[in-house]
Amino acid sequence: MAFEGLSDRLQEVFKKLRGKGKISEEDVKLAMREVRLALLEADVNYKVTKSFVAAVSERAVGQEVLQSVTPGQQVVKIVYDEMTQLMGGSETKLTMSSKPPTVFMTVGLQGAGKTTTAAKLSRNLLKQGRRPLLVAADVYRPAAIKQLQVLGEQVGVPVFSMGQSNPVDIARASLEYARSNNRDIVIIDTAGRLHVNEELMAELLQIQKTVNPHETLLVVDAMTGQDAVNVAEAFNDQLSITGVILTKLDGDTRGGAALSVKAVTGCPIKLVGMGEKMDALETFYPERMASRILGM
Amino acid sequence: KSTRKIDEDFFEELEDILIQADVGMNTSIELVDKIRTAVKKQKINDPAEVTDLIKEAIREILDTEEVPLNIADEKPTVILVVGVNGAGKTTSIAKLANRFKKQDKRVILAAGDTFRAAAIDQLQIWADRVGVELVKHQEGADPGAVVFDAISAAKARKADILIIDTAGRLQNKANLMKEISKVRKVIEKEIPAAPHEVLLVLDATTGQNAISQAKIFKEATGVSGIILTKLDGTAKGGIVIAVARELSIPVKMVGIGEGIEDLREFSPSVFAQAIFES
Ligand SMILES: Nc1nc2c(ncn2[C@@H]2O[C@H](COP(=O)(O)OP(=O)(O)OP(=O)(O)O)[C@@H](O)[C@H]2O)c(=O)[nH]1
Ligand SMILES: Nc1nc2c(ncn2[C@@H]2O[C@H](COP(=O)(O)OP(=O)(O)OP(=O)(O)O)[C@@H](O)[C@H]2O)c(=O)[nH]1
Ligand SMILES: [K+]
Ligand SMILES: [Mg+2]
Ligand SMILES: [Mg+2]
Repeated sequence: MAFEGLSDRLQEVFKKLRGKGKISEEDVKLAMREVRLALLEADVNYKVTKSFVAAVSERAVGQEVLQSVTPGQQVVKIVYDEMTQLMGGSETKLTMSSKPPTVFMTVGLQGAGKTTTAAKLSRNLLKQGRRPLLVAADVYRPAAIKQLQVLGEQVGVPVFSMGQSNPVDIARASLEYARSNNRDIVIIDTAGRLHVNEELMAELLQIQKTVNPHETLLVVDAMTGQDAVNVAEAFNDQLSITGVILTKLDGDTRGGAALSVKAVTGCPIKLVGMGEKMDALETFYPERMASRILGM
Repeated sequence: KSTRKIDEDFFEELEDILIQADVGMNTSIELVDKIRTAVKKQKINDPAEVTDLIKEAIREILDTEEVPLNIADEKPTVILVVGVNGAGKTTSIAKLANRFKKQDKRVILAAGDTFRAAAIDQLQIWADRVGVELVKHQEGADPGAVVFDAISAAKARKADILIIDTAGRLQNKANLMKEISKVRKVIEKEIPAAPHEVLLVLDATTGQNAISQAKIFKEATGVSGIILTKLDGTAKGGIVIAVARELSIPVKMVGIGEGIEDLREFSPSVFAQAIFES
């Protein structure tokens, strides 16, 4: 299960703290050193780790904590609060336009899970009584269009495609198609690209300017290491993303990316991918995630 | 010569660089400790020299005597490619096929991913581009059956190399890991010395989870080497140092792009150098 490794390590640290009737500043310091190691081992970005540990430490060594009857408990509570904040506070919904069609686009690195996620999302929206349209705007990866068509068929959502045309033209035409065919949500699947590829990043920006999406969703693989923040920062700087979707959380990753991306982009994680199947896309709940990590 | 003092801050910075490269806590601390001792002993005061020492230590961990890819004396050489979802297996197979084709080898590919949407189509397009044959069944078919047919075809057509694609799977899915073990057994049964290589495809952006990937895939399939993909991004792929140290699995090739030519032999010194470049 995702986060398990991190969870085990942190609970170990807190067991020691909880066991003590009185704790000193030195105890807190020692515990925080352990927390730092646990976070780094879980792929939390090293800068995010630093500021997280600093924030917790500052609050934890306050008089009201150290002199309370359950100081260990208090420290754990502070970690929980800070961790929940780090992941965005509470869950966030996708923005729906009052004037259809609502437009979403998925963006991200190669292989992160954009195409699969686009199809899953369309399925969830269909179940909610919406009329989504999937748009095949990846004209580079071999069989990317076919992949989206197969998934679209599986979930019963139509797929708009124009072969290997210019992705900007495809995106523009898809909106016209949606309007004349009464589709109220358009989800554009874009090709994977590196955040440092100027040409392809410019293409994304062009698509974005053309369709003016209500959500630009950065899809991030939950197994990503320290690079997650570089990627998230670069996509956000260039495209002003509106949310993050974390995929492959059905794995056994310690999930550091989840704890880092919100901190560096200010964008909430909105959804999480929990499997390859089309029904495996869920809302992300920061509080629940923090409780799970801390074993509360 | 730099005027920078070699103090605890300096070592801490080194550790930060390693951590940022996904080398991981244990390996980073161990590397820096080793260098700290050496610096004291040899009374080194030039920072550049210290960085060279640490690069050397990394090279030492990664250096293997083995040939880049094991080619069998008797045809066909069978290469099984495994890994988690989206790591770059199918694309790497296309690049490998292209490489062998250029060496005038006869290559056959097997579409062992019968699960993911359009996985077979994807490999078919690559096979056509490279100009090699593909053995495939329908989507949903048993991967073991595909592999069985592919081996028969490789024998019948006297192919030099058979490369088998498999569906991406997360290593904590016991049933899927059992399935891939079975694929390996099908190969062993048909050709006792095969597979000659089991290549784990690792995405360079992966963090500490790569250790679990390497460990569990090794147990299930006998991984013999790693293809480290997506090194053309900003990720350093430092986790392979920990994987080499803990599991003795060598990196054999690296992927540096989406094109057919974007595959290179792994060079420990180029890799170690890149960790210290921004
Ligand atoms: N286990 C698991 N696999 C997933 C999840 N989301 C996507 N995948 C798998 O990850 C792989 C890559 O997914 P894609 O949707 O093709 O990724 P992409 O970002 O569109 O890839 P490119 O278009 O090549 O950049 C596929 O094998 C998917 O089945 C998830 O939440 N869990
Ligand atoms: N930049 C870059 N992209 C790569 C590299 N290797 C593969 N990719 C891209 O990564 C994405 C996923 O590659 P695939 O070959 O489909 O990965 P896979 O492991 O077969 O995926 P599944 O079969 O879904 O598990 C594609 O968009 C590839 O073009 C590389 O070395 N560099
Ligand atoms: K990936
Ligand atoms: Mg895609
Ligand atoms: Mg594949």
